Amino acid sequence: MTALAALDGAADRRDGPAGLGFALDGLSLGYGHGMVLRDVHLEVVPSEVLVVVGASGSGKSTLLRALAGLLSPFSGKILAGGVEVAATSRDRAMVFQDDALLPWRTVRRNVELPLRLRKVPRRERGAAADTWIARVGLAGFEERLPRELSGGMRQRVQLARSLVAAPRAVLMDEPFGALDAQTRAEMQRLLLDVLRDTRATVVFVTHDVDEALLLADRVAVLGQRGVRSLIDVPEPRTPGADRSELRARILEEL
Amino acid sequence: MGAEAEVRRAPLAVPTGAPRPARPATGDGGTPRKVWVGWSWVVRAASLLAAAGLWQLLTVTDARIWLRFDRLPTLGEIGAEAGRQLTTPLYYLDLLQSLVRILTGFGLAAVAGITVGIAVARSRRTGYVLLPLLEAVRPIPAIALVPVAILLFPADEQGIVFITFAAAFFPIMVSTRHAVRALPTLWEDAVRTLGGGRRHVLRNVVLPGILPGVFGGLSVGMGVAWICVISAEMISGEFGVGYRTWSSYTVVDYPAVIVGMATIGALGWLTSASIELLGRRATRWLPRAEGSRA
Ligand SMILES: Nc1ncnc2c1ncn2[C@@H]1O[C@H](COP(=O)(O)OP(=O)(O)O)[C@@H](O)[C@H]1O
Ligand SMILES: [Mg+2]
Repeated sequence: MTALAALDGAADRRDGPAGLGFALDGLSLGYGHGMVLRDVHLEVVPSEVLVVVGASGSGKSTLLRALAGLLSPFSGKILAGGVEVAATSRDRAMVFQDDALLPWRTVRRNVELPLRLRKVPRRERGAAADTWIARVGLAGFEERLPRELSGGMRQRVQLARSLVAAPRAVLMDEPFGALDAQTRAEMQRLLLDVLRDTRATVVFVTHDVDEALLLADRVAVLGQRGVRSLIDVPEPRTPGADRSELRARILEEL
Repeated sequence: MGAEAEVRRAPLAVPTGAPRPARPATGDGGTPRKVWVGWSWVVRAASLLAAAGLWQLLTVTDARIWLRFDRLPTLGEIGAEAGRQLTTPLYYLDLLQSLVRILTGFGLAAVAGITVGIAVARSRRTGYVLLPLLEAVRPIPAIALVPVAILLFPADEQGIVFITFAAAFFPIMVSTRHAVRALPTLWEDAVRTLGGGRRHVLRNVVLPGILPGVFGGLSVGMGVAWICVISAEMISGEFGVGYRTWSSYTVVDYPAVIVGMATIGALGWLTSASIELLGRRATRWLPRAEGSRA
């Protein structure tokens, strides 16, 4: 059932390299002496959109940082595409809540960055960056510095920057959490639109249940002791679908 | 300024439907401010003229009012001496000599200070090795190293450059170290998750990100470098503005002393203004640069 839902999700998302699957096995995470998540077991299916919801402080960011390779586990392990995660990788791009753009780089030079790190020739990366900048609706803003952009525009740049080098997974940590409601709705539409063209696996963290139901193939609810439940979303990303029942269920779990 | 005009145009084209509230731009206050800007130049000039007038009054009348102005030269005497010196090659030779010394010492200190500052802040092991050593030497004022410098180096020239280096090194190193520590980890995390390694982080995050802090250190470093180069020249040396100023004093040529002082002041101003300008150019991305004028 789960795999089927994911396959459905993948069917209309064609381009790019194959999505990355994750397997979390007995994973415990924390900082210093404090354990944040204990004994987490979770499978992330290649090319699915898994949304992780949880109260503030439940360890969503911690989990995502571990998937990215920014935080090593206390115990247990994370497999990404069957290989243990030991460090960060170009295959697993991350989108942060805010202020993750390099403020001294223009929009174009920020979006180009992952290609530059990959030694893509200048002309090629310029063209790829401009394509993505247009894709996220920022054509004409290529030479702006991040401080000259609104919060929503900066998140568009982050989205373009994370996808320009065709990663196999995108990890998004409350990317729209700092935006006002109207801008957030626009960004959600943009994300849905962009996701249609990629096969990258998406792990999206939010505390907003409606956002989760709008984007997800599956929703993982994070509680005090790890993943509390995993919920399949039938007919994912279908506008107008009635989600009130699921919504109530998730709110109850939270 | 072109960039400023562009910033103001931005909200018209914001596609997210959430234009940021326009910042109150500093240079945009309308007429009252403009009038004051015009006046401010008059006030500034008047302030300088008043000081010069006071000097002239005190020296012409050979005032002895606890402070003794009777042996200090008048503006006329200083002007005449300056006019004379500006036509001699020796003046320019001294000037050049001091500039070469300070730029060599300061340049070496900038490279070494930034490198060491980054190394001790980024690598724990390097910190363990270098920090005790640096902390032990740091409290010694660079000018107190003169005897060691004379013993250590075969020529005075190298000794003076060494003193200058030692003086400028510490403020630059310390401010670099703090700037590295204060760098938000988010930028590093972002570059790493986009596929960047240690070198990429250094090149794309650390070096550009610490510039605002480093330029603070460079400014301070340049100030102390001048103090030390002039003092060292006064103690040992055969050329240089500091040497000339001191030797003028020993032969009771007071107008030449004042000309030497003014020259040192002008050189100091020139070098710190250059650093200031470079710093502004290199950190144009800082939020506070918006709308403010260079
Ligand atoms: N860098 C850190 N050092 C120590 N504790 C941290 C750090 N980051 C987060 N924590 C702690 O880990 C817990 C989970 O944080 P986080 O993963 O950020 O939660 P969420 O993203 O769900 O709001 C919190 O109790 C928080 O205090
Ligand atoms: Mg968080």
